[in-house]
Amino acid sequence: MNKKMNAFVSGVVALGFSAHGAQAETLRLLTWGGYAPDSVIELFEEKYPDIDVEVTFSNNEEMVAKLRATGGSGYDLAQPSVSRIKAAQAEYGIYKPMDLSQVDTSVFQPNMMEAMEKYAEIDGEIYSIPHVWGTQGLVVDISKAPEVEGWTDLCDPQYKGRVSMRLKRALLLGFAFDTGKDPFAAYDDFEAYEAMIDEIGETLIDCKDNVKTYWTGGDDLSALLLSGEIVVSDAWDSTAFKLYKENPDIRFIPTRTGALAWIDTFTLPKRGEADDAAYKWINFVNQPEIVTMISESSGAVSAVKGGVELMPEGAREAVAAAFDEEALDNLKFMPSVPPGLEDLEGRVLDRVKAATSE
Amino acid sequence: MNDLSCERVTKKFGHFTAVSEVSLDVPSGAFFSILGPSGCGKTTLMRMIAGFETPSSGDIRIKGESVLGLPPNRRNVKMVFQHLALFPMMNVGENIAYGLRCRGDARSGIAEKVARVLDRVGLPGVEEKRIEQLSGGQKQRIAIARCMVLEPDVLLLDEPLGALDLKLREHMKIELKQLQHQFETTFLYITHDQSEALVMSDQVAVMNAGRFEQIGSPRELYDRPVSGFVAGFVGDANCIPGKIAEIRSGEARVELPQGGEVIGKLCDGSRTGDDVEVFLRPEALRLGAGGAGQSLEGTVDSLLFNGANSRILMRAGTGQLLEVAIPAEAPAIAEGDAATVNWRPDHALVFARRAG
Amino acid sequence: MGRSADRLSLVLLFTPFALWIGLLIVLPQLGIGYVSLREKVGVNEFTFGFGNYAAFFEEPIYRNTLLRTAWISILVTALALIMGFPVAYYIAKIAKERSRAGLFLMCLIPLWVSDLVRAYGWILLLRETGVISTTLVSLGIISGPVEMLYNDVTVIIGLVYTVILFMIVPLVSTLQGMDDALLEAGYNLGGSRLTVFRRIIVPYAMPGIVAGCIITFMLTAGSYLTPILLGGKNSSWFTEQIYTQFITRYNWEMGSTFGVLLLIFTSLVVWLGLRLTGQSLATTVAKE
Repeated sequence: MNKKMNAFVSGVVALGFSAHGAQAETLRLLTWGGYAPDSVIELFEEKYPDIDVEVTFSNNEEMVAKLRATGGSGYDLAQPSVSRIKAAQAEYGIYKPMDLSQVDTSVFQPNMMEAMEKYAEIDGEIYSIPHVWGTQGLVVDISKAPEVEGWTDLCDPQYKGRVSMRLKRALLLGFAFDTGKDPFAAYDDFEAYEAMIDEIGETLIDCKDNVKTYWTGGDDLSALLLSGEIVVSDAWDSTAFKLYKENPDIRFIPTRTGALAWIDTFTLPKRGEADDAAYKWINFVNQPEIVTMISESSGAVSAVKGGVELMPEGAREAVAAAFDEEALDNLKFMPSVPPGLEDLEGRVLDRVKAATSE
Repeated sequence: MNDLSCERVTKKFGHFTAVSEVSLDVPSGAFFSILGPSGCGKTTLMRMIAGFETPSSGDIRIKGESVLGLPPNRRNVKMVFQHLALFPMMNVGENIAYGLRCRGDARSGIAEKVARVLDRVGLPGVEEKRIEQLSGGQKQRIAIARCMVLEPDVLLLDEPLGALDLKLREHMKIELKQLQHQFETTFLYITHDQSEALVMSDQVAVMNAGRFEQIGSPRELYDRPVSGFVAGFVGDANCIPGKIAEIRSGEARVELPQGGEVIGKLCDGSRTGDDVEVFLRPEALRLGAGGAGQSLEGTVDSLLFNGANSRILMRAGTGQLLEVAIPAEAPAIAEGDAATVNWRPDHALVFARRAG
Repeated sequence: MGRSADRLSLVLLFTPFALWIGLLIVLPQLGIGYVSLREKVGVNEFTFGFGNYAAFFEEPIYRNTLLRTAWISILVTALALIMGFPVAYYIAKIAKERSRAGLFLMCLIPLWVSDLVRAYGWILLLRETGVISTTLVSLGIISGPVEMLYNDVTVIIGLVYTVILFMIVPLVSTLQGMDDALLEAGYNLGGSRLTVFRRIIVPYAMPGIVAGCIITFMLTAGSYLTPILLGGKNSSWFTEQIYTQFITRYNWEMGSTFGVLLLIFTSLVVWLGLRLTGQSLATTVAKE
């Protein structure tokens, strides 16, 4: 039923778009907020006047869910994190391999391409190209909470009611590292992994009193920090860097166990219809001046060589303020999530959310 | 003792005076009507008696006690509304029991009282029926039963026959009168239909522009109206405008504008030279020649057949259209025939010309 | 000729309705029902059974969230009725003909902005550094800022605000049909204000009350943004669980199960509500 249904849906979608596609090619981009700013789209459409760019903003989970719902059609280029390639492809078959000859891979930092070979390779084919990377750690107002160093400090009673968290898997991973465990090593042993995150779940429930609210989007978090309603939270470094420009006391802390690093990719949906335009977009955004524009709007670091130097002023300082040599060496790259793991994590996170506190 | 008395009741809405200095006394057990055209203030007067409006001045007494301080739900005056206002979400029995339950009657006695009142209005056993299953006349009777079960001192009826068709209205007139006899309750009936008022009432008050023009029995109003308004409003009448040429021993000689003259009984203080109207009832006109000022000549314009109420429509030489009752022993007469009518001067009533 | 034309117009009128019901309501529900019966045993391997439903009943978190959602929805419906009735009564019976349309439009204003904007409006007002808290501090009424967001009371306020219109509209239209003479008759026959309200106004308005309550309850139980944005750390909402299952867990089977359960459970609550108040759809909503 699934197959037939999908074929039906894509047929309808194809019908709807065919008339449009006759005059100009459309590149339907499924990406994160800030990854395709209007200024970049304008420049791209100037260079390729016969390509229209349509952008849908989303996040990892929604990208996979959307592509799953359509069997990989409806979009021509998606930007999931590299950790969301293998399992999603194995279960839902929503991507297609990259033609690496179409992309100038020499511009990338070698370790970024290596990560692709490691985490986005299935049956000898590479499914993803790196785009930007960043980390997850803590964001702290150091004027009010100077002693925060690690994930478990979120549960420090002295910050009671001044803490926010995002109830997602990164929180579990961060707490695991900070309590001396290696969650990535436990990925293949579900029982051990479950026992570990159950324990973390208990910790999170116990420290629920500390939490003012769980944030869900970057804008929530920014408002909470800038208004001073909270002083510490887990965060994406990109959000933290943007806040640094508004208030230099707000710093990104990679944490004592190392920030969790992610890479957002370019990946082709299985039934994408504008591969050429997609490759043009990929090569276009890797040009140095475009890299700076995207880093400006996203706060994330480009995967090209010298990505940090290409960051706009201010953000570069924020990165420098956050990462020293040691912290950069200490990055924990997040590997592919095996199928079923997120279900385990989700149950723990549900329990935390449903637990009551004062 | 009077069941209902109004003393110099006045109601003003802003600058508009809806009811002005109205006084009335309704004796116990009477069928009293207030007759007037729409907008004359009769509904406002009734709403004041029921308690929905407060008089600007004056007093309203029920069984001798002033009710001005009582809210509508504590006055023992019940009302049958123009559109009856039966509660659509209750069945017949519940509608009738509503007032008893409000009054706090023992639950056990209610069913019996409901059954008894339904019996009295001639609709036994309809307790379970829904309101919309009833015919117009049945609804009427239920609305009355709903009030009568509470044994009110006075029952107010606000043009309750207005919504019925003609045939049923004629029938209900008689039935209402019988119901009133049967319950021996004081009815205060409001209508703009003079035939309803005349047929049913013991006493009728004719109301115009917020005031009572005349209170009296139907016969008094019909035979001895005190104003042109009453003469024109109560019963049918031919109205002939003119100017008083001469007054002699209570009789006025009225000159008509197109020539000719009419002699009639002067009923108010009009003087020579005043504009007046002469009212002649159709049945006061007889075919045949009469004395000077007591007849008009003309031609038969048309014949209006209505059984015992058939009329001749005659166009007088003066241009007037006159309705003439056809007596039982009438001679054969056809349209276009020449005809003459005459009357007794004391049947031609002369009043000052009404405004407008 | 005439009869076939009649049949044609009947078909033409019925077709959009049938398509609407069939394609947009029945078919997707059947699909959801089908998916909810699928049990995942491995990558792309499924069997059929009631395992997902069993999982729901075994997990207290899911059960409690559903009960909590229903309970708050009932509360919101009751509050919307209590607050909406006087408003509707004022608009339908007391306001002058001319101001009626204006009042009605004023009630509609919140609907002109999206759910999201409305929720952010509340956030701006109620947050610790928000308008109300800052104003109270600057007026010296309270000594320090207070957090008014992130609790159930806020969620309830936000939800009532969102749904109250759907209570007011059906109430206004039923109350407008009520002849004032019914009220006067109620008083005239000896009823007190309370009796007239209880035995005449409420029964008369019952079709509107039932329709309004069903709509507000269903809207509340199915709402997503308001409880999520205003709710904070302790307020889980059942639609959030459905979203989580579908989107973050990739678990369509469980998400569908939750969807079906929400539908069944809310229908059950509506049915129970009708039974307890002695109403039926035929005598209220479907009444002419």
